[in-house]
Amino acid sequence: MRISADQGRCLGAGQCVLSAPDRFDQSELGLVEVLDPEVPEGDEKRFRDILDLCPSQALSLEA
Amino acid sequence: MTLLPEYPQARGCPFQPASGYADYEPVSKVRLYNGREVWAVTGHAEARQVLLDPGTYSSDRVHPHYPALAPRFESARKVRNFIGMDPPEHTVQRRMLLSSFTVKKTNALRPRIQTLVDGLIDEIEAKGPVADLVPDFALPVPSIVICELLGVPYADHAFFEHQSRRVVTGSTTLEESADAFAQLKAYLDDLIQRKQREPGDGLLDTLIAEQVGTGGLTRAELVDIALLLLVAGHETTASAIALGVVTLLEHPDQLAALRSDPRLLPTAVEELLRFMAIADGIARFATADADLAGHRVRAGDGVVVVIATANRDGEAFPSPAAFAVDRGARHHVSFGHGVHQCIGQNLARAEMEIALGTLFRRLPGLRLARDLADLPIKEAGGVQGVWELPVTW
Repeated sequence: MRISADQGRCLGAGQCVLSAPDRFDQSELGLVEVLDPEVPEGDEKRFRDILDLCPSQALSLEA
Repeated sequence: MTLLPEYPQARGCPFQPASGYADYEPVSKVRLYNGREVWAVTGHAEARQVLLDPGTYSSDRVHPHYPALAPRFESARKVRNFIGMDPPEHTVQRRMLLSSFTVKKTNALRPRIQTLVDGLIDEIEAKGPVADLVPDFALPVPSIVICELLGVPYADHAFFEHQSRRVVTGSTTLEESADAFAQLKAYLDDLIQRKQREPGDGLLDTLIAEQVGTGGLTRAELVDIALLLLVAGHETTASAIALGVVTLLEHPDQLAALRSDPRLLPTAVEELLRFMAIADGIARFATADADLAGHRVRAGDGVVVVIATANRDGEAFPSPAAFAVDRGARHHVSFGHGVHQCIGQNLARAEMEIALGTLFRRLPGLRLARDLADLPIKEAGGVQGVWELPVTW
């Protein structure tokens, strides 16, 4: 699975950066940037929970 | 005929939801101060459903269907900024501010916040007990930080803190809140005009250069944005710091756990946010008919999302009434959810972590100088917390 981010939906709450600073950052404009999209097998639940915290629903998991 | 239960209701304990909310159904009709009947949404899943759907549940404060939870909300209709707008209008304004509120930018403020907090505790120690932590600590921390961030002179703090308090207090009358909003607007308009002549280096100066100068915002629009950032930037966090002290002192086992492992500070702050629910509820109105937990909400209906109960929903938080500094749950709705989730939330987290962590480290004998039951509780319909916090150590 891979993390997909939609900057068009992002509103810069920063929940993803708080949850996994090794995976997410914010651009100069304050919008989400995925540093590493790969979700290791067995880690899907953890990342679904992280993605679920995003208030603007800008993040998803893709096969 | 039985009257519907009222919303909002006053808290009997400053960190517990009003006891009357226990009688609400997950989604049910309640009565506001002005007699209007609106839907109260108390469950966590239902709260998220409403807050994630701005297309159905509007935040447009100017619209007559937007419910006033207290008289002050009627005055707030004259202040127009992104908190009271729907996408796409909301999105445009919010994005103008995002770069100043990233996790990196707020973390960069931590050393400054630490210096500030240490200085205030030095003064408290020098004066000796008893100290009232509201004016001596909880209020100046966020107030100074938001002033420096925006470029508002802290020398004016007595004025804007007083007027902000009149704006956010549940018992404020229509006339009082209208006057307070007008005074804050006049003050900020004057400040922005001065900044147009003599630019500084705050966020307001950036917005003047980048937005007012280029036609992105009118000066009047910037005044209303500045008003939101200034008021929300200090009143809520001040309440959260003061009530956080009370909540930790009233849960000595949890305070001891935090003291024995300061790495718990971020999760302890998150748990305080969930448990205290400083913003008791959030209003919306339906723009179309919708189904909500088996109820038919009609276009035009008012909705209040009860944050205080959504955060205590056992489906979302096991043992929801327990205050547990190691809970590690961030899906509370204390900052709201959806596109309006608090833009300053990471600044609030930083301020709470540094203020509470440092206070309990430096004053290990800290205790209330008055019984919990005798602390004056902020009124229903406004930011929740305590008006005074006398402590000794």
